[in-house]
Amino acid sequence: MIKVRGLTKTFNVKGFEIPAVRGVDLDVAPGEIVGFLGPNGAGKTTTLRMLSTLLTPTSGEAIVAGCDLLTDQDGVRQRIGYVGQGSGAGPEYRVAEELVTHGRLYGLSSVESKERVSSLLKRFDLEGAEDKMIGALSGGQKRRLDIVMGVMHRPQLVFLDEPSTGLDPHSRSNLWDHVRAMREQDGTTVFLTTHYLDEADALCDRILVIDAGAIVAEGTADELKQKVNGDLVSVESSSPEVAAEVAAKAPGAGEIVVEGPVVRFRIPRGDSALPGLLRDFDQAGVVVQSIQTNRPTLDDVFLTLTGRSLRDTDAATPMPAFQ
Amino acid sequence: MRFIQETWLTFVRAFRPALRSPGALIAGALVPLLYLVLFGPLLGQTKAAEGVGSWQWFVPGMLIQLTLFITVNAGFTLIPDTRSGVLERMRVTPVSRVALLLGRVMKDVVLLLVQAAMLVALAVALGFRAPVLPMVVAFAMLAIVGVAVGFISYGLAMKLKHEFLLAPVVSGLAVPVMLLSGVLLPMDFGPAWLYAISRANPLTHVVDAERAIVAGDLTSTTVLVGAAVAVGLFVLSMGWAVRTFRKEYA
Repeated sequence: MIKVRGLTKTFNVKGFEIPAVRGVDLDVAPGEIVGFLGPNGAGKTTTLRMLSTLLTPTSGEAIVAGCDLLTDQDGVRQRIGYVGQGSGAGPEYRVAEELVTHGRLYGLSSVESKERVSSLLKRFDLEGAEDKMIGALSGGQKRRLDIVMGVMHRPQLVFLDEPSTGLDPHSRSNLWDHVRAMREQDGTTVFLTTHYLDEADALCDRILVIDAGAIVAEGTADELKQKVNGDLVSVESSSPEVAAEVAAKAPGAGEIVVEGPVVRFRIPRGDSALPGLLRDFDQAGVVVQSIQTNRPTLDDVFLTLTGRSLRDTDAATPMPAFQ
Repeated sequence: MRFIQETWLTFVRAFRPALRSPGALIAGALVPLLYLVLFGPLLGQTKAAEGVGSWQWFVPGMLIQLTLFITVNAGFTLIPDTRSGVLERMRVTPVSRVALLLGRVMKDVVLLLVQAAMLVALAVALGFRAPVLPMVVAFAMLAIVGVAVGFISYGLAMKLKHEFLLAPVVSGLAVPVMLLSGVLLPMDFGPAWLYAISRANPLTHVVDAERAIVAGDLTSTTVLVGAAVAVGLFVLSMGWAVRTFRKEYA
């Protein structure tokens, strides 16, 4: 559904060449939900905007929904849906009229467009909102409306740019249900960007981790988590220094850090290593107050791959704001 | 055919909010109406309109002033759409880029013609007289100039991207162009240098043509020159705006 080779984008800002995307290769199969995970400024949105014809690539090539991105922009446009970060619906319009016009811009007849609007509003829990002013909708409703706009013309492929940013937890999981339903009911392929770990984890079949304009890893959430060196074990005890020595002897343990009464380290298969560890602590005279193991998160993956935490990197890569 | 339908859809969408608040339409025409009532009568005391009534001379100029000030501000409606994502959402559709701009410009021109009709109605009440056919021709020329100025305004909005940058540029352009076109007083009242500059202003020729049309000289050279200038402005400004659109927004 998407095949990209050597895609780059360099912005020229006041005489400086700023590389935003430095050679991206990626493939997306029909029916997949694939996520682009990375901090702000990593090049996620720039890549997405190139693939949806909003930006001209500096170099590279891509086939999107069967059409050549560089030579057949109209072909790509007719076959894809795009939901940007900002709201695409005018606040001074009514829901149904804005949607019907949008469908007609894709060449749907007035009747087709109206039918499509009423069935989609039903499906996206927006029934009864037909005559409401778009400016008066809630954040969650507006975001669902944006997605309805993106799928009005039944595209095979939908791009979602940061779909759940700014939504409350309930609206977010509701939105994820709708995205999953798009794939299940229509076989729509979905390509999305996110800087939320839980979103990538919950929604995507496959995750591409992008940092500083290049893809640094790809795989399912589980595959990526295996790249991290084991589970995180935190032990709170009366003698953390001794506990750290004991942990260092355990097979496969690493990244040992002492913080006050707590020792943290990583160990493969933390759950099955735990009984043995407890025995060793006991023999060394360490009185354990509490112990917990955590499966690696995608944040740990990002930290392992780039040396930085996703949460800390929001302001790390300064990128000028492009329209 | 597809292009006409796309332009029409963009036009209807752009026009809808104006239909919902017709008050804005009247407010937009208020300044030229005030000029008509509060400034127009002064002209009767000058030799501005020797040979023709002062209204016959003044009203065509006011129509051009209205055209200029309505359409030069058209670009302001584009900037929020570039910021919110509305324009982006339309740009990912296969719709022609020219249609996306032209539909919006047409909205401004239709609003302009409605306001121009209001202005003429008031002028007739004050003593202005013109037969129907010349007025139709005069309005057609207003529409062409309006489209041209509208394209320039959208082009500037796309280049400048912010209201606070667009506002000074728009008034910095519109006020001198308006003053130098002789809509308020005849330019030959002034010193030679001022007159010379005014002849270099394309809008001067359109104003002269509008006056000649209202006087009934539909086939005079003045009208032909004015029409040529209007069409020239239209072609150049549309070419520039569409190129800017493609460049700024891929």
